[in-house]
Amino acid sequence: MNTRENLVMILLTSVIGLVLNILPLPTWLTAARPAFLVLVVLYWSTMTPFVAGLALGFISGLALDIFQGSLLGEHALALCFVTYLAVRFHLLMRAKPLFEQSLYVFAALLIYELLLWVVDGWTGRSLSSWLRWVHTATGALLWPVIAGVLGRFHAPR
Amino acid sequence: MAGFGTTVGRPIYGRGPSPGLRFTVYAILSLVLMYLDQRARWSERIRYGLEAAAYPVQVAVNSPAATWHWLTDSFATRNSLRAQNLQLQQHAHELELANLRLQSLEQENARLRELRAALPPLAKSWLIAEVIGVEAVPLRQRLIINKGTHDGVHVNQAVVDGSGVLGQVVHVGPWSSEVILITDPEHALPVQITRNELRTIAVGSGSADELLLPYLAVNSDVKSGDVLTSSGLGGVFPAGFPVARVIGVRREANQLLAQVRAEPLGHIAAAREVLLIDFEPTHPAAPPSSAALIEGAEPVVAPAKTGSPSSESGSTRKGAAKGSAAAKRKNAAAAATPPAAAPAATPPKAGKP
Repeated sequence: MNTRENLVMILLTSVIGLVLNILPLPTWLTAARPAFLVLVVLYWSTMTPFVAGLALGFISGLALDIFQGSLLGEHALALCFVTYLAVRFHLLMRAKPLFEQSLYVFAALLIYELLLWVVDGWTGRSLSSWLRWVHTATGALLWPVIAGVLGRFHAPR
Repeated sequence: MAGFGTTVGRPIYGRGPSPGLRFTVYAILSLVLMYLDQRARWSERIRYGLEAAAYPVQVAVNSPAATWHWLTDSFATRNSLRAQNLQLQQHAHELELANLRLQSLEQENARLRELRAALPPLAKSWLIAEVIGVEAVPLRQRLIINKGTHDGVHVNQAVVDGSGVLGQVVHVGPWSSEVILITDPEHALPVQITRNELRTIAVGSGSADELLLPYLAVNSDVKSGDVLTSSGLGGVFPAGFPVARVIGVRREANQLLAQVRAEPLGHIAAAREVLLIDFEPTHPAAPPSSAALIEGAEPVVAPAKTGSPSSESGSTRKGAAKGSAAAKRKNAAAAATPPAAAPAATPPKAGKP
């Protein structure tokens, strides 16, 4: 499989991730819903950092901004930073077993949510509860599943 | 996008700009976007275009739920339809009766106000929109509806359902728009207790079944079961639209303000169809036009504004209604600090006819 096919896969799975991210769910479930798109972007930017990377992070972040009605550029900035970390440390990350990767993903999601939280505070939307942090834990728990599923979509390195 | 294409086919590390440089560029780009979206008005145009692009995805994402509703609707049995029909007919009769009384009351009201001409209907035009998306982020209470500028929807338009106020339009796209619900923490609505006409502000709590009234003094006359209606001061809703019912009042001896909770009367969590209303500006109960409201409010809130120029730009971005509501929140908070201040809100005069 060449990079072009990989690119199609990356875009396709990102769109699926976006749809899962914004699919209407019962209210009690929404807080626990992992940020699927962020996980997908993280996966692709560690596994194929030269195909998917900061551009994918930025565009996905913009898409999240549009669909969640947040400040334009907020998710883009947060996701871009996390993607940068993933690209920067992709070799380190790939060498780890899945459960240890989950810990790194947990850290990345915390940084992501922290950035959103800071921007929210700066722009006067500081009203928030601890519920916004729940998805970082569920996302980290779901990482092995996401990695397993997406692993089938791309050629062995 | 070009960003993807540039790296395809050159998998050798070290070609193209480094990740750090690219991150810096994207970060600056996002910061500029955030600044523009927060401060400048023309970023609405970017948003407008992006919302148009987002519409097909929103429809697609909503399609499973829509299909399910369509299926259940089309396979409803004849009996349940007949029952529903009967029920609706009865409801229509009740409404006709109530309307008869209402008309005579309105005429009497007009006489009492010594208005020569009969009153025009309050709603100039209305539009039914379907909910195609619910924003599923904790604390954010927003709806996406399937009507946009092509159908005449505009920012700050009132959104209601059959039983009460739901919210107002914040962003408009060509075929869809975003509605902020009254339960969103960023939304504040001037209300009035029907029992004693006490005015205050209802602020969203972030959960669909609760509103907060944070600016009522401990000694104010409010109790469980009180019905809140819009006071007409915000410039979005006319006076007298049902908003919420008070469900809990907590007074603590060491606090100046009572903790009052209310549940919205509109079916906020279950809304599938909503009404968008344009009001007849000449009707006495109609909300004042936003231009009039700003001019009327200017001298009153001017001292509060001088300290923070940002609040003024906020009011232009989010429209007059929310800006003045925010200004009134300040006023209300200032007025309520001495415990004896009886009516919490001392809003600008422009609203009441």
